Amino acid sequence: MTRRQRRLLLIGAGGAVLGVAIALILITLKDSIVFFNSPTDVVEKHVAAGTRIRLGGLVKPGSVTRGANFAVRFEVTDGNKAIPVAYSGALPDLFREGQGVIAEGRMDGAGTFEADTILAKHDENYMPREVADALKKQGHWMGEKK
Amino acid sequence: MIAELGHYALVLALGLALVQSSVPIWGARTRDPALMAVGTSTALAQFVFVALSFAALTWCHVASDFSLITVFENSHSAKPLIYKITGVWGNHEGSMLLWVLILALFGALVAAFGANLPAALKATVLAVQAWIAAAFYLFILVTSNPFARIPNPPFEGRDLNPILQDPGLAIHPPLLYLGYVGFSITFSFAIAALIEGRIDAAWARWVRPWALVAWMFLTLGIAMGSFWAYYTLGWGGWWFWDPVENASLMPWLAGTALLHSAVVMEKRDALKIWTVLLAILAFSLSLVGTFLVRSGVLVSVHTFATDPARGVFILAILVLFIGGSLALYAWRASTLRQGGLFAPVSREGALLLNNLFLTTLCATVFVGTLYPLALEALTGDKISVGAPFFNATAGRLAVPLLIAIPFGPLLAWKRGDLYGVAQRLIAALAVAIVAMAAAFALAGGGPVLAPFVVGLAFFVMAGALTDVAERTGLFRVPFAAALGRAAGLPRSAWGTAIAHFGVGVCLLGIVGETQWGAERVAAIKPGETISVRHYDFTLDGLAQRRGPNYQERVAHFTVRRNGEVIGSMEPATRVFPVRQMNKSEAALMTRGTSQLYLSLGDSDDNGAVTVRLYHKPLVLLIWIGAVVMMAGGALSLSDRRLRVGAPRPARSKPALQPAE
Repeated sequence: MTRRQRRLLLIGAGGAVLGVAIALILITLKDSIVFFNSPTDVVEKHVAAGTRIRLGGLVKPGSVTRGANFAVRFEVTDGNKAIPVAYSGALPDLFREGQGVIAEGRMDGAGTFEADTILAKHDENYMPREVADALKKQGHWMGEKK
Repeated sequence: MIAELGHYALVLALGLALVQSSVPIWGARTRDPALMAVGTSTALAQFVFVALSFAALTWCHVASDFSLITVFENSHSAKPLIYKITGVWGNHEGSMLLWVLILALFGALVAAFGANLPAALKATVLAVQAWIAAAFYLFILVTSNPFARIPNPPFEGRDLNPILQDPGLAIHPPLLYLGYVGFSITFSFAIAALIEGRIDAAWARWVRPWALVAWMFLTLGIAMGSFWAYYTLGWGGWWFWDPVENASLMPWLAGTALLHSAVVMEKRDALKIWTVLLAILAFSLSLVGTFLVRSGVLVSVHTFATDPARGVFILAILVLFIGGSLALYAWRASTLRQGGLFAPVSREGALLLNNLFLTTLCATVFVGTLYPLALEALTGDKISVGAPFFNATAGRLAVPLLIAIPFGPLLAWKRGDLYGVAQRLIAALAVAIVAMAAAFALAGGGPVLAPFVVGLAFFVMAGALTDVAERTGLFRVPFAAALGRAAGLPRSAWGTAIAHFGVGVCLLGIVGETQWGAERVAAIKPGETISVRHYDFTLDGLAQRRGPNYQERVAHFTVRRNGEVIGSMEPATRVFPVRQMNKSEAALMTRGTSQLYLSLGDSDDNGAVTVRLYHKPLVLLIWIGAVVMMAGGALSLSDRRLRVGAPRPARSKPALQPAE
């Protein structure tokens, strides 16, 4: 093999691996990105039922009801709109009324958000940034507690 | 007073760094030995002053001096002593001080052990090191002064985030930083090579030990972080593809590629320009990681406070160093003499393949991690890229890389014989197929992917053993002779085999935990039992206990396997009154390399308590594998040919190896 052929082979192999990687990224990225929406976004943007999204806001005080088999229903609010959420499973330790929460799942046709994952904050100072931004937009942000 | 001394020492370190940034490199340009020698003294002195500063901050934490903002916000007089000490770096300011302490330590190590380096190279390396140090000293002093005082000192502090009150905090950040910052040395060597415009195999021999040290600590740091998340977060996950985790994985991937390409450069004088680029990239990705974690663009448990000024400052450092180094690379790389070429099927070719896949892997992780940030900056849309993306891209790209691992070390330099190597790997392949069949039978069908990955893990492990067997001539020469050859085998060869073996072990743990784990969630009352995989857990009762700075509710479980009592487990939930926080303390029971994992949730009104129960088969292998990899690295580091800054001629190796 000449130098030139070797170099071509190298570039070819590199290009092939890179090509496969780019194809993988493009194909999977489309299916695995999840948009963040506030309750207001969900109502105003008419998020289609069945689209996987993240819904973030505060757990509306007094809205949490627990059913059998770890079924739990609560409302997520950004102070403007509130969306009912249905979830079944153990809630994170820091899930509390009046606190920030992010739920991941899909809207059903009837206006309820079917969540399969609930993320709560790590500590009392931590507000998910998306939630903080959404609250700021609605004018309900009290500023960072120090 | 102690705090002011610490602050002053840090300012002095900045002054020294500024001298070290300019004088030695001027000396290297003008070939003035006296000026070049300045770098050695300033690097050592810098370390002394930063260490003083760090000691002062530690003293303030231990003495609970709440007149310092960082101590007030992150400590409490009732906190146990160990967490008072580890709390020093359990916050933004202190962790940055730890960062520069380690940076200064590495600079001092080069100064102390780099006596065999050419004076000009050493002076330039130390100067580049000082540029980085000066930028970060400025960052700390301007935006994140750990010694800032409060005008009216309070009596009591606000305590440390309970998640951080764990022995994990004592180990994880220092290890990770040793890894991140260790790559600053290879970066400085790369920049020095570009400035000097000269690079040869000796350069690779000087760089490799540093890359190896950084890689070892990064491996252990990532593994430790993963283990900590596993037992502390209460739901048994060990890797979340969280941006902060990815931030540590990217330099690891680039660093692993660097280790391998440096071998080619040292042995064959090839891939020089590529190696220099990798050295730049590994540290650039460490800086990106620091930026992601410390700037507040991401919010996670790793991010202690958000302050826009800090983000902008770190971003400026990032742009300056990454942009500057890549521009220098673009400008100067062509002046470096190209190395030799080699046949595609050869040891060099295999190492190049390794590099190709590792860097591509790194690039996909990079895209997945930064795409949400870029999209938000451009369109304002907030998205998250989750585990499915990384599993689909990085997971698939890792498969060919893993298959190639056993082939690499068996191929000859320059021109290899793929067919011959495949023949020698027949035994390893047989082991893999048996393992695959066994896994398939044990799992009773199920997805084909899991048995395939088990087979792959055994192929990698058996391949590493084949490598050793081939080198020692085991099964071909008398056993005593093979033993003799094993003793004479260079430690770096042992290191390679052991590290590759560790990769297989880790893979086995990953597939065991993700594919065959079992999970159960239930609300039970005292006297009731929940079961998973022949293990029965009976809740005997709940009790309240008092800790030094928390109150805990402990559940006592008796664990039985097939009716026989094998022990008891006590998961708990702790309430930290100062921060009004809850933390769940999972209970773990080790069975071989598998674990039973039990964590408590809320109680309901009827006295039932939510319990999460997991059976995690082979999970410990994930971290054992990482430790084995690190041990391989350590063994390789102890190889005398790799002694720091000691470019000795390689011992005659052919006598130790079978003819290939």
